[in-house]
Amino acid sequence: MNRIIKITLLLVLLAMSSFLHAEDLMMLRSTQPFPETMSNLQNIIKQHGYVVSRVQRVDIGLTKMGYKTDKYRVVFFGKHEELQKLTNKYPELTAYLPLKIAIFSENTETLLVTGDPLKFAEMFPDKELQKHFKQWSKDMTAIFHDVRKIDED
Amino acid sequence: MKAKSLFAHLFALLLLLPFSSGHAAESAKSVGEQLYTQHCAACHGTDGDGGVGIPLALTDFQASVSDNYLAKTIKLGRPGRIMPAFATFTDQEIAAIVKHIRGFSNVAYPKDNRTPIKGNPTLGKKVYEQNCASCHGQNGEGGSGTGVTFSRPRHLPIIAPALNNSGFQAAISDEMIKHTLMKGRKGTPMTSFLKNGLNEKDLDNVVAYIRQFKQQEQTLTAEDLAPTLTYESPYGLQETIDSIKRAVLGKNFRLIRVQTFDDGYVAKDKQQANKSIIYFCNFEFLNRALNIDPRVGMFLPCRITVVESKGKVLVMAINPLRLSRLFNNNELDKACIEMRDLYIEILEEATL
Repeated sequence: MNRIIKITLLLVLLAMSSFLHAEDLMMLRSTQPFPETMSNLQNIIKQHGYVVSRVQRVDIGLTKMGYKTDKYRVVFFGKHEELQKLTNKYPELTAYLPLKIAIFSENTETLLVTGDPLKFAEMFPDKELQKHFKQWSKDMTAIFHDVRKIDED
Repeated sequence: MKAKSLFAHLFALLLLLPFSSGHAAESAKSVGEQLYTQHCAACHGTDGDGGVGIPLALTDFQASVSDNYLAKTIKLGRPGRIMPAFATFTDQEIAAIVKHIRGFSNVAYPKDNRTPIKGNPTLGKKVYEQNCASCHGQNGEGGSGTGVTFSRPRHLPIIAPALNNSGFQAAISDEMIKHTLMKGRKGTPMTSFLKNGLNEKDLDNVVAYIRQFKQQEQTLTAEDLAPTLTYESPYGLQETIDSIKRAVLGKNFRLIRVQTFDDGYVAKDKQQANKSIIYFCNFEFLNRALNIDPRVGMFLPCRITVVESKGKVLVMAINPLRLSRLFNNNELDKACIEMRDLYIEILEEATL
């Protein structure tokens, strides 16, 4: 029986491995146009308990200066209390916060990009911070997943 | 009994997972599509039409590469050239992705042939310099920029690959290099060099020369990889902010805004003044950075953070070179070194 369990466990792990790969950047291509994806993204961020504090309109500045670009924005978000508490204790972390997702058009589709917050762990190895990085990574993954799900529905 | 119960649960779980249908071909296709969508589509396009990454659906590309080339490319990536290495993928997963990619363009493709081609690299060097170096670089370092992104104007449908890249050298066979030289690749600037007047012996020599290319290793110090650039200001909070604003303008940046760290979360009267952010931009530099890698939105806009903590005023910026490591883009690293040096100049000037 032990052998069967071991084999079964191996097969389960093999099948699950596709969900375990970590990449430095989180990226998603939405088949929806930019306005729809932007709206979905902001709603989903809020559904995950975060506040969208600002949307930086990168394309507007570039266009005003005479450069050609399609829609390009950066969405900033966070949880106020958590941000204050962490940056009071770890001032250097302030430079990397709040969390952000870059969103830009590519023809009729839209791309989302962010760094995996787990990568912060290599830069700020303090033990207390690790649970926050893990949670942010989990939330980012869930946000990207939910945007993709809307595409598929 | 416990073992039986555990086995039953694991078996039930297995039935719910993608590899468990029992129809190997169908299962592999769905897993391949799932993995492709999750890990590849953002760069290469949902249907392989390209974007940040090359257009995998291109018929001539598919017709000239073996499954092994694709598999090795996925596994090893292209160090320093955007394409990440999916080193933790199993052979089964990679095979599933390759199968999905093949579905983009149902054309015949070659078997992997690793027979070395003999040629004279010294003679090949001359031919290479006359015919290939203008696109692929003098030392095989490849074209500039990031694949194709149609958000900004691009001159070429793809960029010339870096022939000196360790991932490229490991993935490609001599036969495939020669085939590409002989036939060219429709839909890209790569032309047939047989039609351009070279003979097979010339091409063998070029293959031998390309095989001598070595990728230059990037060496970074611990200081290069510090997460932040942090300085202590001798001035008070407001005086430091004013000093940074002057330094930013002095370096040809435009000031975008100054805000508290909690702006956007709480009402103005409840915002804490001890953490402020100065946002600024040089649009020429920004446009250049976006052309190197359109994903750099994560860096934007440029900012310096000022924090008053425990009687000290700290000024800090992210270290762009550290963040750039996430992008696997050597060209972006160079722009980030430039940006880091500008940040340092601003921070030093502001805290003099």
